[in-house]
Amino acid sequence: MTFVSQHVPAVRRTADRRAPLKTLLDREAVFSWLLMALPLLFLASLVGYPFVYGLLLSLQDRPVAQTGTFVGFQNFVVNFHDPVFWQVAVNTFIYTGVATLLKMVGGLCLAVAMNQHFRMKNLVRALLLLPFIVPTVLSTVAWMWMLDPAFSVVNRLLVAFGWPKPGPSWLGDPTLAMISIIIINTWRGLPFYGITLLAGLQTVPPELYEAATIDGAGGWQRFRFVTLPLLRPIILIVTLFSIIFTFADFQLVYVLTHGGPQNATNLFATYAFDIAMGAGQLGLGASVALAMLPALAVLIVALTIYMRRN
Amino acid sequence: MVTGHGPLERAVRLWLPVGFFLFLALFPFYWMAITSIKPNAELYNRNIMPLMVHAPTLKHYVDLITKTSFLVWTWNTMLIAIVSTAISLVLGTMLAYPLARMRFAGAGLIAMTVAAVYLVPQPLLFIPLADVINRLDLGNTLTSVILTYPTMLVPFCAWLLLGYFKTVPKELEEAARIDGASRMQTVLKIFLPLCMPGFISAGIFAFTLSQNEFLYALIFLTKTTVRTVPVGVIAELIRGDVFYWGQLMAGALLGSIPVALIYSFFVEHYVAGLTGSVKG
Repeated sequence: MTFVSQHVPAVRRTADRRAPLKTLLDREAVFSWLLMALPLLFLASLVGYPFVYGLLLSLQDRPVAQTGTFVGFQNFVVNFHDPVFWQVAVNTFIYTGVATLLKMVGGLCLAVAMNQHFRMKNLVRALLLLPFIVPTVLSTVAWMWMLDPAFSVVNRLLVAFGWPKPGPSWLGDPTLAMISIIIINTWRGLPFYGITLLAGLQTVPPELYEAATIDGAGGWQRFRFVTLPLLRPIILIVTLFSIIFTFADFQLVYVLTHGGPQNATNLFATYAFDIAMGAGQLGLGASVALAMLPALAVLIVALTIYMRRN
Repeated sequence: MVTGHGPLERAVRLWLPVGFFLFLALFPFYWMAITSIKPNAELYNRNIMPLMVHAPTLKHYVDLITKTSFLVWTWNTMLIAIVSTAISLVLGTMLAYPLARMRFAGAGLIAMTVAAVYLVPQPLLFIPLADVINRLDLGNTLTSVILTYPTMLVPFCAWLLLGYFKTVPKELEEAARIDGASRMQTVLKIFLPLCMPGFISAGIFAFTLSQNEFLYALIFLTKTTVRTVPVGVIAELIRGDVFYWGQLMAGALLGSIPVALIYSFFVEHYVAGLTGSVKG
């Protein structure tokens, strides 16, 4: 910690003593801050500044293309009395909770199934990751067509297997619409879970399984008492990741349902978008987006600390 | 792991679950592909078996390329993705190298900040950012997204590279320093050439992330000539309540190909990036 005092003033002092520029630049602290200055400046102006500006916007009545007036916490009061806001909050928690649970369980199954020796394993793994690679908007359009009210292939298959015609109205019924966005989010995120957990599984030393087998553990017990405890850190990290990005999801819902029918699938991000970009109320929109902040802040801080510790 | 299974047990334990996941993962792409080559007469006829194509046609692809600006969108998407990935790799390296190698006060704090910024989802920032872009008069320019995509890609690349840099042995750098090389020379001539696998992983991942981006592009790019593929497809191939499903699926498939192609060449790097992105 002898470098504590070597910020700019210290640098100048050394320079006054006419130390050659080269030695100065060779100091770890000087070199580091010089190198990091540009990226840090960039992040400060395009992440830090908009973040603070967003906080200020949320305290303003600010129609688009006009100047804002300071209104204190008025926007938050408006949200508090807005039934749609509360519906959006409930939707977001259901969507995040159920989709994360499905991805976790499905991802674990996928990882365990893939953790066997077989031919073309790498090819299978590459194919399984495709839903995660392909741009979300494009695959969501495919799902939209698969769930089309008139020509849904899913319904045609269901009807072929004896479901009463014309089959469920996936995007027209509030509950089914929520189920649809959860399924598609799971479809896209599951490979991320599965392949990350698979990488974790492959680091489990085989001796542990052998030892457990010798001690009389069956398949389920080996999974429960060897695999699961060793995977816990990676499961926790992937889950926090998944929660953060599912909680703030936008694209999938915007494309598939636009938040409908009757706000049944509207999430914080899509609702904030509607208010800010659709209705042109930047201040109110910013306050809706910021309603995500408390939960996100807790998750981000928890994950950041946990990742550093590992 | 445990040996001595019969073929039946192997089928149940291996191919049943793996086959199930494969079917689930790939069916939407199959459906995309066959829809894009079905003539309309087949697409909108409920009396023929939908799972295969009876009279394949390339009409939707021809229409997509001649009647929409799809090629322009593709060009924009590629240009944006390549430039913002390049910027992010450079800036990310400038952040990651000191954090991985140097000792200085505040290093821990900076590393935490980078990780936290990496986790900030776009919907938290898009409204103020839209106003900033407006005030800078950058609306409807590719610059608007080339500037804003790195806000998520720089922390991401820095984080991934930080993990990679730590795995590179220090000895070569130390030797170069003893031979009198300056820090900058050591980084440029000795260290960076050793890090190609890390750059490929971070680069591919950043490239797919920028191809996937939608929210900023949707808000900042409202003219046909500057749109990206995802925004163009959503905004212009869905006209009111009319869906041109053949064209839409052709566009979705063509739009996925660049990512899928690059991914298929570098699967191992991508997986390394994927697992590295969640590691501390």
